[in-house]
Amino acid sequence: MKKIRIGSGAGYAGDRLEPALEMIKKGSIDYIGFECLAERTIAIAQKAKLADPNKGYNGLLEYRMDKVLPLCHKHKVKIITNMGAANPQSAVDVVCKIAKEKGIKGLKVAAVYGDDVLDNLDKYKDITVWETGRPLSELDGIISANAYMGIEGIVEALKNDADIVITGRVSDPALFLAPLVYEFGWDLNNYDLLGKGTLIGHLLECGGQATGGYYSDPGKKDVDELWNLGFPIAEVSENGEFIITKTEGSGGIVSKDTLTEQLMYEIHDPTTYLTPDCIADFSNVKFTQKNKNIVEVKGATGREKTSTLKVSLGYKDCFIGEGEISYAGPGCLERAKLAAEIVEKRLKLTDVDYDELRIDFIGINSIYKNSCRKYSTPEEIRLRVAARTKNEYDAVQIGNEVETLYTNGPAGGGGATKYVNEIVSVASILINRGDIEAKVIYREVK
Amino acid sequence: MKLWEIAHSRTGDKGNISNISLIVYDIANYELIKEKVTPEAVKEWFKDIVKGEVKRYELPQLGALNFVMYDALGGGVTRSLALDKHGKSLSSYLLDIDI
Repeated sequence: MKKIRIGSGAGYAGDRLEPALEMIKKGSIDYIGFECLAERTIAIAQKAKLADPNKGYNGLLEYRMDKVLPLCHKHKVKIITNMGAANPQSAVDVVCKIAKEKGIKGLKVAAVYGDDVLDNLDKYKDITVWETGRPLSELDGIISANAYMGIEGIVEALKNDADIVITGRVSDPALFLAPLVYEFGWDLNNYDLLGKGTLIGHLLECGGQATGGYYSDPGKKDVDELWNLGFPIAEVSENGEFIITKTEGSGGIVSKDTLTEQLMYEIHDPTTYLTPDCIADFSNVKFTQKNKNIVEVKGATGREKTSTLKVSLGYKDCFIGEGEISYAGPGCLERAKLAAEIVEKRLKLTDVDYDELRIDFIGINSIYKNSCRKYSTPEEIRLRVAARTKNEYDAVQIGNEVETLYTNGPAGGGGATKYVNEIVSVASILINRGDIEAKVIYREVK
Repeated sequence: MKLWEIAHSRTGDKGNISNISLIVYDIANYELIKEKVTPEAVKEWFKDIVKGEVKRYELPQLGALNFVMYDALGGGVTRSLALDKHGKSLSSYLLDIDI
Protein backbone atom coordinates (compact mmCIF):
# COMPACT_ATOMS: atom_id res chain seq x y z
CA MET A 1 0.00 0.00 0.00
CA LYS A 2 1.20 3.51 -0.84
CA LYS A 3 2.57 5.43 2.13
CA ILE A 4 3.39 9.10 2.51
CA ARG A 5 5.76 10.53 5.09
CA ILE A 6 5.06 14.09 6.10
CA GLY A 7 7.00 16.08 8.66
CA SER A 8 6.61 19.24 10.69
CA GLY A 9 9.35 21.83 10.17
CA ALA A 10 8.11 24.53 12.53
CA GLY A 11 5.52 24.85 15.29
CA TYR A 12 5.32 28.64 15.35
CA ALA A 13 6.56 31.75 13.52
CA GLY A 14 9.92 31.99 15.30
CA ASP A 15 10.69 28.29 15.74
CA ARG A 16 14.17 26.68 15.49
CA LEU A 17 15.39 25.67 12.05
CA GLU A 18 17.91 22.85 12.46
CA PRO A 19 15.34 20.17 13.46
CA ALA A 20 13.73 20.77 10.04
CA LEU A 21 17.10 20.50 8.27
CA GLU A 22 17.91 17.24 10.06
CA MET A 23 14.49 15.88 9.16
CA ILE A 24 14.88 16.72 5.46
CA LYS A 25 18.28 14.99 5.47
CA LYS A 26 17.46 11.90 7.52
CA GLY A 27 13.68 11.62 7.84
CA SER A 28 12.87 10.04 4.43
CA ILE A 29 9.99 12.48 4.13
CA ASP A 30 7.94 13.39 1.05
CA TYR A 31 6.55 16.66 2.43
CA ILE A 32 7.48 19.15 5.12
CA GLY A 33 5.01 21.65 6.56
CA PHE A 34 6.03 24.86 8.31
CA GLU A 35 3.22 26.28 10.48
CA CYS A 36 4.18 29.89 11.21
CA LEU A 37 1.00 31.94 11.58
CA ALA A 38 -0.58 32.51 14.98
CA GLU A 39 -3.92 34.31 15.34
CA ARG A 40 -2.43 37.78 15.65
CA THR A 41 0.63 37.32 13.42
CA ILE A 42 -1.24 38.13 10.23
CA ALA A 43 -2.44 41.48 11.59
CA ILE A 44 1.15 42.46 12.36
CA ALA A 45 2.19 41.25 8.88
CA GLN A 46 -0.57 43.38 7.35
CA LYS A 47 0.92 46.43 9.06
CA ALA A 48 4.32 45.58 7.53
CA LYS A 49 2.69 45.25 4.09
CA LEU A 50 1.04 48.66 4.44
CA ALA A 51 4.46 50.19 5.12
CA ASP A 52 6.10 48.30 2.21
CA PRO A 53 3.92 46.49 -0.38
CA ASN A 54 6.69 43.92 -0.96
CA LYS A 55 6.70 42.84 2.70
CA GLY A 56 4.13 41.24 4.99
CA TYR A 57 5.39 37.66 4.81
CA ASN A 58 7.09 35.77 7.66
CA GLY A 59 10.21 37.61 8.81
CA LEU A 60 12.26 34.40 8.85
CA LEU A 61 11.30 33.35 5.31
CA GLU A 62 14.67 34.29 3.76
CA TYR A 63 16.64 32.77 6.65
CA ARG A 64 14.69 29.50 6.47
CA MET A 65 14.58 29.14 2.68
CA ASP A 66 18.27 29.88 2.28
CA LYS A 67 19.00 26.62 4.13
CA VAL A 68 15.86 24.59 3.36
CA LEU A 69 15.65 25.04 -0.44
CA PRO A 70 18.91 23.31 -1.43
CA LEU A 71 18.19 20.40 0.93
CA CYS A 72 14.60 19.93 -0.22
CA HIS A 73 15.72 20.07 -3.83
CA LYS A 74 18.36 17.43 -3.20
CA HIS A 75 16.11 15.08 -1.22
CA LYS A 76 12.97 15.70 -3.32
CA VAL A 77 10.87 17.04 -0.46
CA LYS A 78 7.93 19.35 -1.16
CA ILE A 79 7.33 22.33 1.11
CA ILE A 80 3.97 23.61 2.33
CA THR A 81 3.87 26.65 4.57
CA ASN A 82 1.72 29.58 5.68
CA MET A 83 4.80 31.82 5.82
CA GLY A 84 3.11 33.95 3.14
CA ALA A 85 1.12 35.59 5.96
CA ALA A 86 -0.35 38.83 4.54
CA ASN A 87 1.60 38.60 1.28
CA PRO A 88 2.07 35.11 -0.23
CA GLN A 89 2.68 36.59 -3.70
CA SER A 90 5.78 38.50 -2.56
CA ALA A 91 6.92 35.48 -0.53
CA VAL A 92 6.91 33.42 -3.73
CA ASP A 93 9.08 36.03 -5.47
CA VAL A 94 11.51 35.91 -2.54
CA VAL A 95 11.74 32.11 -2.72
CA CYS A 96 12.35 32.20 -6.48
CA LYS A 97 15.11 34.79 -6.02
CA ILE A 98 16.84 32.61 -3.43
CA ALA A 99 16.48 29.53 -5.65
CA LYS A 100 18.14 31.40 -8.56
CA GLU A 101 20.99 32.56 -6.33
CA LYS A 102 21.53 28.98 -5.23
CA GLY A 103 21.54 27.72 -8.81
CA ILE A 104 18.44 25.57 -8.25
CA LYS A 105 16.56 24.82 -11.46
CA GLY A 106 13.24 23.21 -12.31
CA LEU A 107 11.34 24.59 -9.35
CA LYS A 108 7.66 25.53 -9.33
CA VAL A 109 6.45 27.76 -6.52
CA ALA A 110 2.79 28.54 -5.80
CA ALA A 111 1.12 31.27 -3.80
CA VAL A 112 -2.30 30.48 -2.32
CA TYR A 113 -4.39 33.50 -1.36
CA GLY A 114 -7.94 34.79 -1.39
CA ASP A 115 -8.24 34.79 2.39
CA ASP A 116 -8.01 38.59 2.69
CA VAL A 117 -11.49 40.13 3.05
CA LEU A 118 -10.44 43.50 4.47
CA ASP A 119 -11.87 45.38 1.47
CA ASN A 120 -15.23 43.60 1.72
CA LEU A 121 -16.03 44.20 5.38
CA ASP A 122 -18.94 46.54 4.58
CA LYS A 123 -20.85 43.47 3.53
CA TYR A 124 -20.50 42.02 7.03
CA LYS A 125 -21.14 45.12 9.11
CA ASP A 126 -24.25 43.71 10.79
CA ILE A 127 -22.65 40.38 11.74
CA THR A 128 -22.05 39.91 15.48
CA VAL A 129 -18.44 39.80 16.62
CA TRP A 130 -17.89 36.80 18.96
CA GLU A 131 -15.69 38.56 21.46
CA THR A 132 -17.75 41.74 21.88
CA GLY A 133 -21.26 40.49 21.17
CA ARG A 134 -21.74 43.69 19.14
CA PRO A 135 -22.09 44.28 15.37
CA LEU A 136 -18.90 44.45 13.33
CA SER A 137 -19.66 48.08 12.39
CA GLU A 138 -18.89 49.04 16.01
CA LEU A 139 -15.37 47.56 15.96
CA ASP A 140 -12.90 50.39 15.33
CA GLY A 141 -9.34 50.33 14.05
CA ILE A 142 -9.52 47.12 11.97
CA ILE A 143 -6.22 46.54 10.13
CA SER A 144 -6.65 42.97 8.88
CA ALA A 145 -9.43 40.51 8.09
CA ASN A 146 -8.56 37.01 6.93
CA ALA A 147 -10.77 33.99 6.45
CA TYR A 148 -9.47 30.59 7.50
CA MET A 149 -9.41 28.74 4.20
CA GLY A 150 -9.28 24.96 3.84
CA ILE A 151 -7.17 22.70 1.66
CA GLU A 152 -8.59 23.62 -1.80
CA GLY A 153 -5.89 26.06 -2.88
CA ILE A 154 -3.02 23.86 -1.70
CA VAL A 155 -4.46 20.76 -3.38
CA GLU A 156 -4.88 22.70 -6.63
CA ALA A 157 -1.25 23.87 -6.44
CA LEU A 158 -0.01 20.31 -5.87
CA LYS A 159 -2.12 19.03 -8.79
CA ASN A 160 -0.34 21.59 -10.94
CA ASP A 161 3.03 20.18 -9.84
CA ALA A 162 4.07 22.89 -7.38
CA ASP A 163 7.19 21.95 -5.39
CA ILE A 164 6.61 24.70 -2.85
CA VAL A 165 3.23 26.06 -1.73
CA ILE A 166 3.12 29.29 0.24
CA THR A 167 -0.21 30.36 1.70
CA GLY A 168 -1.82 33.19 3.57
CA ARG A 169 -4.39 32.23 6.20
CA VAL A 170 -5.44 28.61 5.99
CA SER A 171 -6.35 26.38 8.91
CA ASP A 172 -3.19 24.93 10.48
CA PRO A 173 -4.14 21.25 9.88
CA ALA A 174 -4.81 22.06 6.19
CA LEU A 175 -1.05 22.37 5.61
CA PHE A 176 -0.76 18.64 6.36
CA LEU A 177 -4.18 17.38 5.25
CA ALA A 178 -3.83 18.87 1.74
CA PRO A 179 -0.89 16.72 0.56
CA LEU A 180 -2.66 13.57 1.84
CA VAL A 181 -5.84 14.41 -0.08
CA TYR A 182 -3.73 15.08 -3.18
CA GLU A 183 -1.51 11.99 -2.92
CA PHE A 184 -4.25 9.50 -2.06
CA GLY A 185 -7.02 11.14 -4.06
CA TRP A 186 -9.25 11.23 -1.00
CA ASP A 187 -12.85 12.14 -1.72
CA LEU A 188 -13.70 15.53 -0.20
CA ASN A 189 -17.01 14.10 0.98
CA ASN A 190 -15.32 11.26 2.86
CA TYR A 191 -15.36 13.08 6.18
CA ASP A 192 -14.04 10.07 8.03
CA LEU A 193 -10.76 10.24 6.09
CA LEU A 194 -10.66 14.03 6.38
CA GLY A 195 -11.08 13.64 10.16
CA LYS A 196 -8.10 11.28 10.27
CA GLY A 197 -6.02 13.67 8.14
CA THR A 198 -7.07 16.58 10.35
CA LEU A 199 -5.79 14.69 13.39
CA ILE A 200 -2.46 14.18 11.61
CA GLY A 201 -2.32 17.92 10.99
CA HIS A 202 -3.28 18.69 14.57
CA LEU A 203 -0.57 16.40 15.97
CA LEU A 204 2.08 17.87 13.64
CA GLU A 205 1.21 21.55 13.57
CA CYS A 206 2.97 22.46 16.82
CA GLY A 207 6.31 20.88 15.89
CA GLY A 208 8.24 19.69 18.94
CA GLN A 209 5.15 19.69 21.16
CA ALA A 210 4.38 16.18 19.85
CA THR A 211 7.85 14.75 20.44
CA GLY A 212 8.67 15.67 24.03
CA GLY A 213 8.91 19.44 23.74
CA TYR A 214 6.85 21.40 26.28
CA TYR A 215 6.51 18.12 28.19
CA SER A 216 9.52 17.43 30.40
CA ASP A 217 9.15 17.58 34.20
CA PRO A 218 12.41 16.21 35.64
CA GLY A 219 11.83 13.17 37.84
CA LYS A 220 8.26 12.74 36.58
CA LYS A 221 8.54 13.05 32.83
CA ASP A 222 12.13 12.76 31.66
CA VAL A 223 13.06 13.37 28.03
CA ASP A 224 16.30 12.28 26.34
CA GLU A 225 18.41 15.04 24.82
CA LEU A 226 15.75 17.72 24.96
CA TRP A 227 18.34 20.19 23.65
CA ASN A 228 18.47 18.11 20.45
CA LEU A 229 14.69 17.73 20.09
CA GLY A 230 13.55 16.11 16.85
CA PHE A 231 10.32 17.23 15.18
CA PRO A 232 7.42 14.85 14.40
CA ILE A 233 6.85 12.82 11.25
CA ALA A 234 3.61 11.05 10.27
CA GLU A 235 3.76 7.98 8.06
CA VAL A 236 0.32 7.68 6.52
CA SER A 237 -1.37 4.90 4.57
CA GLU A 238 -3.99 5.39 1.91
CA ASN A 239 -6.78 4.27 4.28
CA GLY A 240 -5.86 7.00 6.76
CA GLU A 241 -4.04 4.78 9.25
CA PHE A 242 -0.83 6.32 10.48
CA ILE A 243 2.03 6.27 12.91
CA ILE A 244 3.84 9.21 14.47
CA THR A 245 7.60 9.12 14.84
CA LYS A 246 10.51 11.59 14.70
CA THR A 247 13.82 12.08 12.96
CA GLU A 248 16.27 9.21 13.51
CA GLY A 249 19.07 10.15 15.89
CA SER A 250 17.34 13.20 17.34
CA GLY A 251 16.42 13.85 20.98
CA GLY A 252 12.92 13.80 22.46
CA ILE A 253 10.33 11.03 22.77
CA VAL A 254 7.20 9.95 20.97
CA SER A 255 4.85 8.18 23.36
CA LYS A 256 1.19 7.85 24.26
CA ASP A 257 1.74 10.57 26.87
CA THR A 258 3.42 13.14 24.61
CA LEU A 259 0.77 12.60 21.94
CA THR A 260 -2.15 12.73 24.38
CA GLU A 261 -0.97 16.15 25.57
CA GLN A 262 -0.80 17.36 21.98
CA LEU A 263 -4.09 15.70 20.98
CA MET A 264 -5.94 17.69 23.65
CA TYR A 265 -4.07 20.92 23.03
CA GLU A 266 -6.55 23.76 22.37
CA ILE A 267 -9.31 21.50 21.02
CA HIS A 268 -12.04 22.28 23.56
CA ASP A 269 -14.78 19.68 22.83
CA PRO A 270 -12.96 16.57 21.53
CA THR A 271 -16.05 15.44 19.59
CA THR A 272 -16.27 18.70 17.65
CA TYR A 273 -13.03 20.13 16.33
CA LEU A 274 -14.18 22.67 13.76
CA THR A 275 -12.04 23.20 10.68
CA PRO A 276 -12.81 24.56 7.20
CA ASP A 277 -12.57 21.03 5.75
CA CYS A 278 -14.59 18.95 8.22
CA ILE A 279 -15.73 18.66 11.81
CA ALA A 280 -13.19 16.26 13.26
CA ASP A 281 -14.01 13.96 16.17
CA PHE A 282 -11.00 13.00 18.32
CA SER A 283 -13.03 11.57 21.21
CA ASN A 284 -12.24 7.91 20.42
CA VAL A 285 -8.57 8.25 19.50
CA LYS A 286 -6.24 5.55 20.83
CA PHE A 287 -2.45 5.40 20.86
CA THR A 288 -0.43 2.18 20.70
CA GLN A 289 3.34 2.19 21.22
CA LYS A 290 4.64 -0.01 18.37
CA ASN A 291 8.32 0.52 18.98
CA LYS A 292 10.61 3.07 20.62
CA ASN A 293 9.41 6.47 19.36
CA ILE A 294 6.84 4.91 17.03
CA VAL A 295 3.19 5.27 18.00
CA GLU A 296 0.19 4.03 16.04
CA VAL A 297 -2.81 6.36 16.13
CA LYS A 298 -6.35 5.14 15.48
CA GLY A 299 -9.93 6.20 16.02
CA ALA A 300 -10.31 9.71 14.58
CA THR A 301 -13.46 10.32 12.57
CA GLY A 302 -15.19 13.29 10.98
CA ARG A 303 -18.49 14.86 10.04
CA GLU A 304 -19.62 17.23 7.31
CA LYS A 305 -18.08 20.71 7.38
CA THR A 306 -20.12 23.75 8.38
CA SER A 307 -21.55 26.23 5.88
CA THR A 308 -19.49 29.08 7.35
CA LEU A 309 -15.84 30.10 7.61
CA LYS A 310 -14.22 31.95 10.48
CA VAL A 311 -12.70 35.34 9.75
CA SER A 312 -10.05 36.63 12.12
CA LEU A 313 -9.99 40.42 12.47
CA GLY A 314 -6.94 42.30 13.71
CA TYR A 315 -7.65 45.72 15.21
CA LYS A 316 -5.77 48.45 17.01
CA ASP A 317 -7.00 47.96 20.55
CA CYS A 318 -5.01 49.78 23.22
CA PHE A 319 -1.59 50.40 24.76
CA ILE A 320 0.01 48.49 27.61
CA GLY A 321 2.61 50.24 29.77
CA GLU A 322 4.77 48.26 32.18
CA GLY A 323 7.50 48.83 34.72
CA GLU A 324 9.49 46.47 36.94
CA ILE A 325 11.94 46.86 39.82
CA SER A 326 13.55 44.36 42.22
CA TYR A 327 14.00 44.30 46.02
CA ALA A 328 16.08 41.77 47.96
CA GLY A 329 17.01 40.68 51.50
CA PRO A 330 15.16 41.21 54.80
CA GLY A 331 11.88 43.08 54.37
CA CYS A 332 11.96 42.91 50.58
CA LEU A 333 8.24 42.13 50.24
CA GLU A 334 7.26 45.03 52.51
CA ARG A 335 9.44 47.41 50.48
CA ALA A 336 7.96 46.12 47.21
CA LYS A 337 4.44 46.62 48.63
CA LEU A 338 5.33 50.18 49.67
CA ALA A 339 6.74 50.80 46.17
CA ALA A 340 3.48 49.58 44.60
CA GLU A 341 1.44 51.87 46.85
CA ILE A 342 3.63 54.82 45.84
CA VAL A 343 3.18 54.12 42.14
CA GLU A 344 -0.61 53.87 42.48
CA LYS A 345 -0.79 57.19 44.38
CA ARG A 346 1.55 58.88 41.89
CA LEU A 347 -0.59 57.76 38.94
CA LYS A 348 -3.62 59.31 40.66
CA LEU A 349 -1.75 62.50 41.53
CA THR A 350 -0.54 63.00 37.97
CA ASP A 351 -3.93 62.12 36.42
CA VAL A 352 -2.72 59.15 34.41
CA ASP A 353 -5.72 57.62 32.68
CA TYR A 354 -5.89 53.84 32.53
CA ASP A 355 -8.63 51.22 32.01
CA GLU A 356 -7.10 48.51 34.20
CA LEU A 357 -4.07 48.34 36.48
CA ARG A 358 -2.32 45.17 37.62
CA ILE A 359 0.30 44.82 40.34
CA ASP A 360 2.37 41.63 40.54
CA PHE A 361 4.97 40.57 43.05
CA ILE A 362 7.08 38.31 40.86
CA GLY A 363 8.22 35.35 42.95
CA ILE A 364 4.93 35.22 44.84
CA ASN A 365 1.80 35.83 42.79
CA SER A 366 2.50 36.97 39.23
CA ILE A 367 1.40 33.65 37.74
CA TYR A 368 -1.04 32.20 40.27
CA LYS A 369 -3.40 34.73 41.71
CA ASN A 370 -4.92 32.88 44.62
CA SER A 371 -6.13 34.88 47.56
CA CYS A 372 -6.33 31.74 49.76
CA ARG A 373 -2.67 30.84 49.37
CA LYS A 374 -0.02 31.36 52.04
CA TYR A 375 3.48 32.30 50.97
CA SER A 376 6.82 31.73 52.64
CA THR A 377 9.06 34.78 53.05
CA PRO A 378 10.91 35.29 49.79
CA GLU A 379 14.62 36.08 49.38
CA GLU A 380 13.90 38.54 46.62
CA ILE A 381 10.89 40.11 44.94
CA ARG A 382 10.36 41.86 41.63
CA LEU A 383 7.55 44.38 41.53
CA ARG A 384 5.70 44.60 38.24
CA VAL A 385 3.13 47.27 37.45
CA ALA A 386 1.17 47.01 34.19
CA ALA A 387 -1.74 49.07 32.89
CA ARG A 388 -3.92 49.16 29.82
CA THR A 389 -4.45 52.66 28.44
CA LYS A 390 -6.20 54.30 25.52
CA ASN A 391 -3.22 56.40 24.48
CA GLU A 392 0.52 56.06 24.38
CA TYR A 393 1.31 59.00 26.68
CA ASP A 394 -0.46 57.39 29.64
CA ALA A 395 1.19 54.03 28.94
CA VAL A 396 4.64 55.66 29.07
CA GLN A 397 3.90 57.11 32.52
CA ILE A 398 3.43 53.62 34.05
CA GLY A 399 7.05 52.61 33.49
CA ASN A 400 8.29 56.09 34.35
CA GLU A 401 6.62 55.99 37.76
CA VAL A 402 8.29 52.66 38.46
CA GLU A 403 11.69 53.91 37.31
CA THR A 404 11.57 57.01 39.53
CA LEU A 405 11.39 54.66 42.53
CA TYR A 406 15.19 54.50 42.15
CA THR A 407 15.81 57.82 43.89
CA ASN A 408 12.35 58.45 45.34
CA GLY A 409 11.11 55.07 46.55
CA PRO A 410 11.97 52.51 49.24
CA ALA A 411 15.59 51.48 49.95
CA GLY A 412 17.53 49.16 47.70
CA GLY A 413 15.36 49.04 44.57
CA GLY A 414 17.35 47.81 41.57
CA GLY A 415 17.16 46.68 37.98
CA ALA A 416 14.27 48.87 36.88
CA THR A 417 12.95 48.25 33.37
CA LYS A 418 10.05 49.76 31.43
CA TYR A 419 8.10 48.92 28.28
CA VAL A 420 5.29 50.30 26.15
CA ASN A 421 3.46 48.21 23.57
CA GLU A 422 0.76 49.13 21.12
CA ILE A 423 -1.67 46.23 21.24
CA VAL A 424 -3.26 44.72 18.17
CA SER A 425 -6.05 42.39 19.28
CA VAL A 426 -8.02 39.81 17.35
CA ALA A 427 -11.76 39.26 17.06
CA SER A 428 -13.78 36.82 14.98
CA ILE A 429 -16.86 36.63 12.80
CA LEU A 430 -18.39 33.86 10.71
CA ILE A 431 -19.12 34.42 7.03
CA ASN A 432 -20.67 32.29 4.28
CA ARG A 433 -18.27 29.74 2.89
CA GLY A 434 -19.26 30.69 -0.64
CA ASP A 435 -17.82 34.20 -0.20
CA ILE A 436 -14.26 32.85 -0.22
CA GLU A 437 -12.49 31.39 -3.21
CA ALA A 438 -8.88 30.25 -3.04
CA LYS A 439 -6.66 31.75 -5.73
CA VAL A 440 -3.36 30.26 -6.85
CA ILE A 441 -0.54 31.81 -8.87
CA TYR A 442 2.69 30.13 -9.97
CA ARG A 443 6.28 31.18 -10.57
CA GLU A 444 8.86 28.89 -12.09
CA VAL A 445 12.63 28.87 -11.81
CA LYS A 446 13.78 27.20 -15.02
CA MET B 1 -1.54 13.57 47.54
CA LYS B 2 -1.13 16.17 44.86
CA LEU B 3 -2.47 15.55 41.34
CA TRP B 4 1.15 16.02 40.18
CA GLU B 5 1.96 12.59 41.66
CA ILE B 6 -0.41 10.73 39.34
CA ALA B 7 -1.13 12.99 36.38
CA HIS B 8 0.30 15.43 33.86
CA SER B 9 -1.16 18.40 32.07
CA ARG B 10 -0.78 20.94 29.24
CA THR B 11 -2.48 24.30 28.75
CA GLY B 12 -3.55 25.96 25.50
CA ASP B 13 -5.51 29.11 24.75
CA LYS B 14 -8.01 30.55 22.29
CA GLY B 15 -8.88 34.20 22.80
CA ASN B 16 -10.07 34.55 26.40
CA ILE B 17 -10.55 30.79 26.87
CA SER B 18 -8.06 28.49 28.57
CA ASN B 19 -7.97 24.76 27.76
CA ILE B 20 -6.21 22.48 30.27
CA SER B 21 -5.76 18.75 29.86
CA LEU B 22 -5.32 16.38 32.79
CA ILE B 23 -3.89 12.95 31.95
CA VAL B 24 -3.18 10.11 34.40
CA TYR B 25 0.06 8.15 33.99
CA ASP B 26 -1.66 4.93 35.09
CA ILE B 27 -5.14 4.36 33.63
CA ALA B 28 -6.15 2.78 36.97
CA ASN B 29 -6.24 6.30 38.44
CA TYR B 30 -8.71 7.65 35.88
CA GLU B 31 -11.81 7.00 37.99
CA LEU B 32 -10.15 8.79 40.90
CA ILE B 33 -9.52 12.01 38.99
CA LYS B 34 -12.93 11.76 37.36
CA GLU B 35 -14.50 11.68 40.81
CA LYS B 36 -12.30 14.29 42.49
CA VAL B 37 -11.46 16.81 39.78
CA THR B 38 -14.93 18.05 38.96
CA PRO B 39 -15.61 21.23 36.96
CA GLU B 40 -16.78 22.78 40.24
CA ALA B 41 -13.51 21.91 41.99
CA VAL B 42 -11.49 23.39 39.13
CA LYS B 43 -13.59 26.54 39.07
CA GLU B 44 -13.04 26.96 42.82
CA TRP B 45 -9.27 26.35 42.49
CA PHE B 46 -8.91 28.97 39.76
CA LYS B 47 -11.47 31.40 41.22
CA ASP B 48 -9.07 34.37 41.23
CA ILE B 49 -8.28 33.85 37.55
CA VAL B 50 -11.31 32.28 35.88
CA LYS B 51 -14.37 34.52 35.74
CA GLY B 52 -16.58 32.30 33.57
CA GLU B 53 -17.83 28.74 33.34
CA VAL B 54 -15.63 25.61 33.51
CA LYS B 55 -16.63 22.73 31.22
CA ARG B 56 -15.18 19.23 31.44
CA TYR B 57 -14.83 16.68 28.62
CA GLU B 58 -13.95 13.03 29.30
CA LEU B 59 -11.62 10.78 27.30
CA PRO B 60 -11.66 7.54 29.33
CA GLN B 61 -9.67 5.48 26.81
CA LEU B 62 -6.77 7.94 27.25
CA GLY B 63 -7.24 8.41 31.00
CA ALA B 64 -7.75 12.09 30.35
CA LEU B 65 -10.03 15.00 31.20
CA ASN B 66 -10.16 18.23 29.23
CA PHE B 67 -11.13 21.42 31.06
CA VAL B 68 -12.31 24.42 29.10
CA MET B 69 -12.35 27.57 31.21
CA TYR B 70 -14.19 30.62 29.90
CA ASP B 71 -13.32 34.26 30.59
CA ALA B 72 -10.05 32.99 32.00
CA LEU B 73 -7.25 35.05 30.47
CA GLY B 74 -7.72 38.62 31.65
CA GLY B 75 -9.64 39.70 28.54
CA GLY B 76 -7.67 37.58 26.08
CA VAL B 77 -4.12 36.83 25.10
CA THR B 78 -3.49 40.14 23.34
CA ARG B 79 -4.85 42.58 25.91
CA SER B 80 -4.28 40.71 29.17
CA LEU B 81 -2.06 42.52 31.68
CA ALA B 82 -0.72 39.23 33.03
CA LEU B 83 2.93 38.28 32.70
CA ASP B 84 1.85 34.90 31.32
CA LYS B 85 -0.77 36.21 28.91
CA HIS B 86 -1.47 32.78 27.42
CA GLY B 87 -1.97 31.22 30.86
CA LYS B 88 0.52 28.54 29.80
CA SER B 89 1.67 27.93 33.35
CA LEU B 90 -1.85 27.19 34.65
CA SER B 91 -1.29 23.48 33.88
CA SER B 92 1.29 23.26 36.67
CA TYR B 93 -1.09 25.04 39.00
CA LEU B 94 -3.83 22.49 38.28
CA LEU B 95 -1.42 19.70 39.29
CA ASP B 96 -1.00 21.39 42.68
CA ILE B 97 -4.55 20.38 43.68
CA ASP B 98 -4.63 18.03 46.69
CA ILE B 99 -6.83 14.97 46.29
